[in-house]
Amino acid sequence: MSAASVEQPSPQSFDVEQFLAAEKSKGLLRLTTAGSVDDGKSTLIGRLLHDAKGAYEDQLKSAIRGGEIDFSLLTDGLRAEREQGITIDVAYRYFATPKRKFILADTPGHEQYTRNMATGASTAELAIILLDAHRGLTTQSRRHAFIATLLGIPYFVIAVNKMDLVGYDQEVFNRIRAEFEPFLERIGAKNYYFLPLSALKGDNVVEPGTHMPWFQGPCLLEYLETVETENRSMHAPFRMAVQRVVRPDQNFRGYAGQIGSGTIRPGDEVLALPSGRRTKVRRVVTFDGDLEMAHSPMSVTLTLADEIDISRGDMIASGTPPQTAKTFDATMVWFDAHPLDPAHDYLVKHTSNTVAARVDGVRHMINVATLDTEPAASLAMNEIGVVRIATAKPLFFDPYRDNRVSGSFILIDRKTNHTAGAGMILAAAEGSLEDAANRLVRLVRAAVPKGSQLNLPSDDAQAIEVVRGLLKGVLR
Amino acid sequence: MSRLSHLQALEAESIHIIREVASEFQRPVMLYSIGKDSSVMIRLAQKAFYPGPIPFPLLHVDTTYKFKEMIEFRDRFAAELGVKLIVHSNHSALAAGANPFRLGTERCCGLLKTQALLDGLRAGGFDAAFGGARRDEEKSRAKERIYSFRDSLGQWDPKNQRPELWNLFNSRVEPGESIRVFPLSNWTEMDVWQYIHEENIPIVPLNFAKERKMLVRGNSLILPELDFVKPQLGDRFEVVKCRMRSLGCSPCTGAIRSEADTLPKIIAELIAVRNSERENRVIDHDREGSMELKKREGYF
Repeated sequence: MSAASVEQPSPQSFDVEQFLAAEKSKGLLRLTTAGSVDDGKSTLIGRLLHDAKGAYEDQLKSAIRGGEIDFSLLTDGLRAEREQGITIDVAYRYFATPKRKFILADTPGHEQYTRNMATGASTAELAIILLDAHRGLTTQSRRHAFIATLLGIPYFVIAVNKMDLVGYDQEVFNRIRAEFEPFLERIGAKNYYFLPLSALKGDNVVEPGTHMPWFQGPCLLEYLETVETENRSMHAPFRMAVQRVVRPDQNFRGYAGQIGSGTIRPGDEVLALPSGRRTKVRRVVTFDGDLEMAHSPMSVTLTLADEIDISRGDMIASGTPPQTAKTFDATMVWFDAHPLDPAHDYLVKHTSNTVAARVDGVRHMINVATLDTEPAASLAMNEIGVVRIATAKPLFFDPYRDNRVSGSFILIDRKTNHTAGAGMILAAAEGSLEDAANRLVRLVRAAVPKGSQLNLPSDDAQAIEVVRGLLKGVLR
Repeated sequence: MSRLSHLQALEAESIHIIREVASEFQRPVMLYSIGKDSSVMIRLAQKAFYPGPIPFPLLHVDTTYKFKEMIEFRDRFAAELGVKLIVHSNHSALAAGANPFRLGTERCCGLLKTQALLDGLRAGGFDAAFGGARRDEEKSRAKERIYSFRDSLGQWDPKNQRPELWNLFNSRVEPGESIRVFPLSNWTEMDVWQYIHEENIPIVPLNFAKERKMLVRGNSLILPELDFVKPQLGDRFEVVKCRMRSLGCSPCTGAIRSEADTLPKIIAELIAVRNSERENRVIDHDREGSMELKKREGYF
């Protein structure tokens, strides 16, 4: 669908070799949209797809109603949705410009569909929060923004739509921005871009239009094409969950996985969990030849210098080690019609590990509109809260805010096999022995220079002086 | 340190999916349609398990009405890969004379594709089946999960799909239930062609334009390979330079007039034409939302 890459090309004049060469280095941006039924989301997406020439002509033909294109008909896929005229499930859309390819997770905005919003947000780097200039800021706008930050989306476009209905009035736009900004700051959203637009008329979607000369910023498409979303996970410590042991013959034993974060090179020292054994990477193997360096989110196969017993579910890590615990706290979004039940048997699927689990209590529920915490004994469908999870085997994880791959899990109902909820790990359960051990390990690692040993003098007073020195280094 | 290109990112994601399925299911199988998407999917499977072999068989649901070139290509391709190929057909329906002219395309597909697929999966006891479908192909597919749950009758319930977050897939099924897995979900048609070009992946020669003797019926170009494809009033035979945009059964897959006899030319044509590749397939237009109905019943 890179049809957008060229203006009305003809096969004769169009230099396809040049096009293919340029495509090779083109990046990918995954984004999500959230908005209520009436915010004009389908119209906005329809226009993006259409104006970026992503919509194929025969799909366009079936969307023509009364001589004009109904952009929302381009996107509402399922029969039930067409009948009800609303979007009920996450839909993925694809479009491209000469600068970037885009995967857009289009999620319905209704309250019932918090789970869809969370689903769409889980893989996105950018969220478009759509609101109606005429109606102003609503509870749903806050809900969308909160869920997007909860799922760790670093970039936001706050699209104030339907500016045509308020006479393209700058005051209306400014008022909404002034009202929304404190909320965004409070939930920890950092990179947000307020944009006034009219999806229906096309102002500030692909072209600026003539109605809002008071707004100087880039249009939506230009912003999406140019926003610098850094690959944060690449700079985090190396984590790779082993999906599979590749052993075609006695001479080769490799560990296949998708790099969750960080980079890896032959010769790097790594830690294998749960064994705790340390070894070095020998080769980074791929079908296309060995690599000098690999990084997230590449799928590779590692061979190691030493024979270590590693199997599916184990983790290969370097740098600050992941936390290891059987009890941890997590923010949970509940999906299932069956409410969360501490007496029920669940499975946690975390990286390539699936283990038996229980919910060891709900600490509190989060009111998404007010951000207040409220006491709760359970979570019902579409509710969000902080829970304590207890697993049958230890997991190796990082807090979700540091690592979206090693910090996320799903909870599966053992009886129905439903995906009952999604969790974002906060930390090993506070006050537990595991928590203390995890903290101590991180403390010592941070304090003791790599390669040196921690030797405490036999005299207690002197030992305390050494530890004081270490702590000073840590706290500095 | 650079970010991955879009094709590298898609490749990494697909390999992850294929490895998960191979590791978590008892008896996975890869549906092989002989089309370009299948060829890409198999290349990704080779990459996923390298230097080991692909650890599951391929299953081709053969209506017996596929183009001859497809079948030749299939047998050569599977032999070169050294992978096990299972071919399954609905022999009883064929013996009763099932063909698209006698039954209509909808019933014919129902028996020779959907029914044959369900039977083939059941016969093999497969609990997971990879398919090469992409979400950009058709609107109901845009909402289908990467892991698409099927009940014990092989049916899809679009309103009750398992939420799918991050790259964590729920592979839990009871005996008789299964998962259809679409590792190319996030690829577009253009991505597939670019990948074939970059990776030098072999595809069926029918994809390339060549002068072929065709049956011209209205706007349709039909390759007359089968006895029951007979000229009707107003039809004529003509040598046309043409190619297939997608590969299916010879009576139901029309060719397009084309000069594109190389991959770059196909890509250039794709950009210029900008018509959905399924336009030349008769089956999707049977009725509004027909693909969604077929899938609910078990079609891929």
